[in-house]
Amino acid sequence: MDTSQIIVTLLGTGLIGFVGWFFFAAPHRVATAVAGNGGLQQVTIQVKGGYSPDVVEVALGQPVQLHFYRDEAAGCSEELLLPDFGIRRELPAFQTTTVELRPDKAGTYPFTCGMGMLRGSLIVR
Amino acid sequence: MNNTPATSAAPPSAPTGAAPRTETLHIEGMTCASCSSFVEKALSRTPGVLRATVNLAAEKATVEYAPNQIDHAGLKAAVEQAGYQVFEPDAPAASNVLAADEELADRKARTYLDLKRRFQVAVVLAVIIMPLSMLMLWPALMARVSMPVLNYGLLLLTLPVLLYSGREFYVSAWNGLRHRTASMDTLIAVGTGAAFLYSLAATVAPDFFQRQGLVPDVYYDTTATIIALILLGKVLESRAKAKTSAAIKALIGLQAKTARVLRGGQEVDVPLEQVRPGDEVLVRPGEKVATDGIILEGRSALDESMLTGESLPVDKSVGDAVFGATINKTGSFRFRVSQVGTNTVLAQIVKLVEDAQGSRAPIQRLADKISAVFVPIVIMLAIATFVVWFALAPTGQRLPLALVNFVAVLIIACPCALGLATPTAIMVGTGLGASHGVLIRNAEALEKAYQVDTVLLDKTGTITKGEPAVTEFITATGTEPAALLPLLAAVERRSEHPLAAAVVRYAEEQQQSAPGETAEATDFVAHEGRGAGATVAGQAVLIGNRRLLEENNIILSPKLEQSAAGLLAQARTVLYAAVAGRAVALAGVADTVRDTSVAAIRQLQSQGLTVVMMTGDNHQTAEKVARQVGITRFYAEVLPADKAGKVQELQAEGRVVAMVGDGINDAPALARADLGLAMGGGTDVAMEAAGITLMRSDLQGVVTAMALSRQTVRTICQNLFFAFVYNTLGIPIAAGLLYPFTGWLLSPMLAAAMALSSVSVLTNSLRLRGFKVKG
Repeated sequence: MDTSQIIVTLLGTGLIGFVGWFFFAAPHRVATAVAGNGGLQQVTIQVKGGYSPDVVEVALGQPVQLHFYRDEAAGCSEELLLPDFGIRRELPAFQTTTVELRPDKAGTYPFTCGMGMLRGSLIVR
Repeated sequence: MNNTPATSAAPPSAPTGAAPRTETLHIEGMTCASCSSFVEKALSRTPGVLRATVNLAAEKATVEYAPNQIDHAGLKAAVEQAGYQVFEPDAPAASNVLAADEELADRKARTYLDLKRRFQVAVVLAVIIMPLSMLMLWPALMARVSMPVLNYGLLLLTLPVLLYSGREFYVSAWNGLRHRTASMDTLIAVGTGAAFLYSLAATVAPDFFQRQGLVPDVYYDTTATIIALILLGKVLESRAKAKTSAAIKALIGLQAKTARVLRGGQEVDVPLEQVRPGDEVLVRPGEKVATDGIILEGRSALDESMLTGESLPVDKSVGDAVFGATINKTGSFRFRVSQVGTNTVLAQIVKLVEDAQGSRAPIQRLADKISAVFVPIVIMLAIATFVVWFALAPTGQRLPLALVNFVAVLIIACPCALGLATPTAIMVGTGLGASHGVLIRNAEALEKAYQVDTVLLDKTGTITKGEPAVTEFITATGTEPAALLPLLAAVERRSEHPLAAAVVRYAEEQQQSAPGETAEATDFVAHEGRGAGATVAGQAVLIGNRRLLEENNIILSPKLEQSAAGLLAQARTVLYAAVAGRAVALAGVADTVRDTSVAAIRQLQSQGLTVVMMTGDNHQTAEKVARQVGITRFYAEVLPADKAGKVQELQAEGRVVAMVGDGINDAPALARADLGLAMGGGTDVAMEAAGITLMRSDLQGVVTAMALSRQTVRTICQNLFFAFVYNTLGIPIAAGLLYPFTGWLLSPMLAAAMALSSVSVLTNSLRLRGFKVKG
């Protein structure tokens, strides 16, 4: 094994570790819904290569409005799925799409893009 | 569809009080000042209008009116009567749940066109780049072309593919990286990006490569071809995806646009959004029923197949419910609107199907877990591939080989197929169900239907019609049924009793086989609680219960007496008929087995399902019906409260039970069963207890539901299998795992064919559209 091979091997191994850390240990961006008039909880979520915030906390039993603003035209994020609430929506690019729901059971409910690549979760407590 | 708050302006609400309201109408057809004053006068004189001003230049009328006396449609009628038109701007989408979101469709169409253009550019350039890259295969040609010039030429050709056609991938990957997420786009961006950057370096600084003992090869053809192929996949995918939701779009498209409403004694065509409950609507032959309501006058046959899947038209008359989107065939009628907008049966069906399409199947859980970590792991595998090839390949070739295999691994991996496997099949399956009158609540119900091995049927209303019919007709000696039936039918036609309807139907059926003339009844008298009488063809005809005959001092012959006792023993309701003071016939009336039940039960059995019947009838009657329809196992004398217990009993035997019932009386049993199928009969769509609601009220719907569910779940399994196998085989081959044994290496360009793997999954799901129930 010559020098360049040793360098590539070391760099590669380091890079693999970095990729794992970069994607799997990414911190969540958490937001807690603010209740307005009549207990309506609203959160605006930016959709651009991911959801930010990607963890949304809401209170049980109160109506929730999630405003998804899709700030890109890339195909991956065009569909939004909230399977536990039977919601499948198309998010038009550069527009806000509002999803309304009323959580009546505490728990963590995932929301994802149409293919499950981008993900976030709705925490009801 | 409340996803566009900006357009959620409330529709004009129903008149509430006497407070005057102001509305602006866009008037069309005014050419001069006298026209405008004419319209102004016409409006001002209309009862209910307080003030009207017309602006000719703006072509607008501003009207102040009392909402309890007149409404928008009334104002419009007044303008039209004056000889002008009111221009109606398209109603905002949110005011009508069913209005297809045209703007969204428009955007999608534009996105698709854009995608197609980017694909075309990529294809044209790739087709030029490919042969140019292969010039080295002809040494004679190569001798005349300078290598650097060729490389710079290729670079120029590749740049538009990268920056225009493939731009989306890089932007999306970059956005993802900023969020520390990775998607399909990340894989494509890294793969093509690496090939391009390597080629760029080889083009700009070939001397550097040569000093390292490397041939400065370029991979522009790889870059361009991969992007072109992936875009081809996306074009095909986008086309196929549009088809998966075609069924629901068709449902939404069924809705009528306008209704002919009676306003102040006048017929006015108003947009559907302005129709209110309580309005009276006229429907002519061949027209679409605008919304749900109850018939006030007239009779007709309606085609309800779009809602129920039942292909035969349904006869309707005064008091019957009609539903929006159904088509009036023969007669004209007037109905009172009972439901509009989201409360109509059609809207509920659409909502139910949409909800089902958004639900997630439990079977998908594993696929979900994998796709969540898929892309980062593939990137790590690709780096490992690079390292291993670099470490093990011969010195002169190691960099190109490491690079080519690194790119191949990134490009072949296809998380899309995994992600599309389940939802596309569910979308096609549920949409298709709706067009057959089978409403599937969610993906879980589909999966349950796949596991079911026993179907429990509640007899009344499912196997049998739940409405009385004449089962026996016995005449006295010397009386011909063919001569008697027209007389009885003439009397019963005038009666409104359900038993009378049974006699009429029976007479009509008999007459079809041996046509005779129809008689007219005069002096009709309904004897409350006993029957009816009239004069037909000069003879006094009586038909009713035994008391009716006794009150008229009519005595039964011993033969009829004996027959009556026999019928009563068989749990029949007996009708007695007398002509000219003499008892002439008996009719046994009972709930009868539907024509379709026998065939449907046989089909269920041939699907490998055990069919069990339960009924409140006594053992003898139950056994008779069971034998008639080919059921071997049944429960008799089941009290309504015990129905759920019977479900439990079957479950205790280790069976997965589907319960079929009417949805109202059977709710606990439906909820108890692994899968509840409610026979709605077109009335109540959203039945909570049922996993599947059948709009058609016969067992054929159960056959369709079971077969369709099974076929859908089978499709999901095929898709998931394909996606898993594809990735678990494709990635190692792309990494060059077979190279030591067979010398095989996968060209990254070939790997780009993976774009077609998601198309194959979609195509497999679309195959469901050809679903047919085998007879």
